[in-house]
Amino acid sequence: MEMKPNAIDLVRDDFPILKTSNRNRPLVYFDNAATTQIPSQVIKAMTDYYIYHNANIHRGVYELSERSTLLYEGVRKKVQNFIHAKSDKEIIFVRGTTEAINLVAHSFVRQQLKPGDEIIVSEMEHHSNIVPWQLLCQETGALLRVIPVTNIGELAIDEYEKLLNARTKFVAIMHVSNVLGTINPIKQMITLAHAHHATILIDGAQAIAHLSVNVQDLDADFYVFSGHKMYAPTGIGVLYGKKKCLSKMTPYQGGGDMIEKVSFYALPVFADFPAKFEAGTPNIAGVVGLGAAIDYLMQVDLSLLRAHENKLVDYALSRLINMSYVRLIGQSDTRISIISFVVDRVHAHDVASILDVNGICIRAGHHCAMPLMERFNVPATARVSFSFYNTFSEIDHFLLVLEQIRKMFLCV
Amino acid sequence: MCLDLQALYQEIILDHNRHPSNFKKLDQANYVLEGYNPLCGDKIILYLSLHNNLIQDIGFQGEGCAIFTASASLMTEAVKGKTVEEARKIFKLFHDGMTTSKDNHIPFDKLSVLSNVKKFPMRVKCATLAWHVLKTMIDPVSDDLDK
Repeated sequence: MEMKPNAIDLVRDDFPILKTSNRNRPLVYFDNAATTQIPSQVIKAMTDYYIYHNANIHRGVYELSERSTLLYEGVRKKVQNFIHAKSDKEIIFVRGTTEAINLVAHSFVRQQLKPGDEIIVSEMEHHSNIVPWQLLCQETGALLRVIPVTNIGELAIDEYEKLLNARTKFVAIMHVSNVLGTINPIKQMITLAHAHHATILIDGAQAIAHLSVNVQDLDADFYVFSGHKMYAPTGIGVLYGKKKCLSKMTPYQGGGDMIEKVSFYALPVFADFPAKFEAGTPNIAGVVGLGAAIDYLMQVDLSLLRAHENKLVDYALSRLINMSYVRLIGQSDTRISIISFVVDRVHAHDVASILDVNGICIRAGHHCAMPLMERFNVPATARVSFSFYNTFSEIDHFLLVLEQIRKMFLCV
Repeated sequence: MCLDLQALYQEIILDHNRHPSNFKKLDQANYVLEGYNPLCGDKIILYLSLHNNLIQDIGFQGEGCAIFTASASLMTEAVKGKTVEEARKIFKLFHDGMTTSKDNHIPFDKLSVLSNVKKFPMRVKCATLAWHVLKTMIDPVSDDLDK
């Protein structure tokens, strides 16, 4: 292993929660795809915000409000650099990925749809990238078309090509599957969508912490993600949209900060984006936390840490593959550190409960991807998802408990 | 195995999970109802052969975790051959045992093993799903035993 022996220990020291416990056992946190833990640098930035800078933004003429506004708008710039957007005006702060998708559905796609138009999603999507489109189809008479998933858990790109046609108005695809870990070939998929004059949204929730994202290189029309899956707090997320898309969009919510002029004798005049889509006092501390998380990721040796993540997943996969009673759901080689599996004759919730009692936090259930569960004919899966602060010995501990589970349930 | 785990997965629970009682479709059933827990995907179809206020036979099919399966299995054993009134009383004893914060055990032989599930609040719904389906089937609409 090229990793310096203490590099991971140093990173672990940044995450105070890793020193705590789960059911009186040392905490082993393997649910990073659900939410990541927060480094003390991010916690401090948010505490400092409340101690030294708390004031409403874009309103006060006093210095304190000016400071808070500068902090808030400064993060827009940080996000722009982080995902390589052309302008910070293309960065809209939202509650999370779910709100970002709903915003695009409501403000961009809805006005364009006629009965018979088509929206394409995939069979592996999270409910948050299915239901908003189903609602929209119900309302407008448009049709939802679905790209199938292959047996190893990849998108059938040839089927995608067949689905694209002149009626395709919009495509919404996840960058990385929250169940299978598969990295989808989104650059190719964006090019194909554009060749058919369709606009495309990429759900980057699972990608943003693990892959370098360059929205200009990808040529994504929309790219959305949540802060809490990239070491920032919950309740803050990002909608990136190309200027030409954002400028076509109608308001999402009405309220303060999104208007230029309000009168009872004339129609309201809306502010320009991004303010147009940020009605009301936003989650300022959350934005500050997101900025601090980006700073954190810039300051650590990210390529080293991502290499460590890849080694963790390779190691876990190599061991799981040899366990005859474990079935892996998703076997793509193009993946991040997410592994879904089922244990022969043991329900995923029992697997998760027994791991829980041993201090290990994993996710069990349908992972908000019921159509994908149907596709693989399983009611639920168990899922482990690693971050760079996880260790090989944690994985060994997890594998040992899996063996105990098998004995407990099968050896009568 | 640590104590918490032993408590949750007692041998009797593992046993009923491996070989659930009354795990069958009841062809002569005159009451059939499905139950579903969207949170974890547990599914049950409960069959009752109910005549003259008596649960003559009971069966269930479905899929879910060990807690769910064992609880459904133990429930069918507990209410089979009982009158509707008796079954409602058993439901109430079970339900109270599962939901009150006191460390009281469910005063019912085998069912008492399920009271340990209380230590795992996220799993209580697994243990109660089958019971709620049964309650819906045998309860007159106006009579709410929850109260």
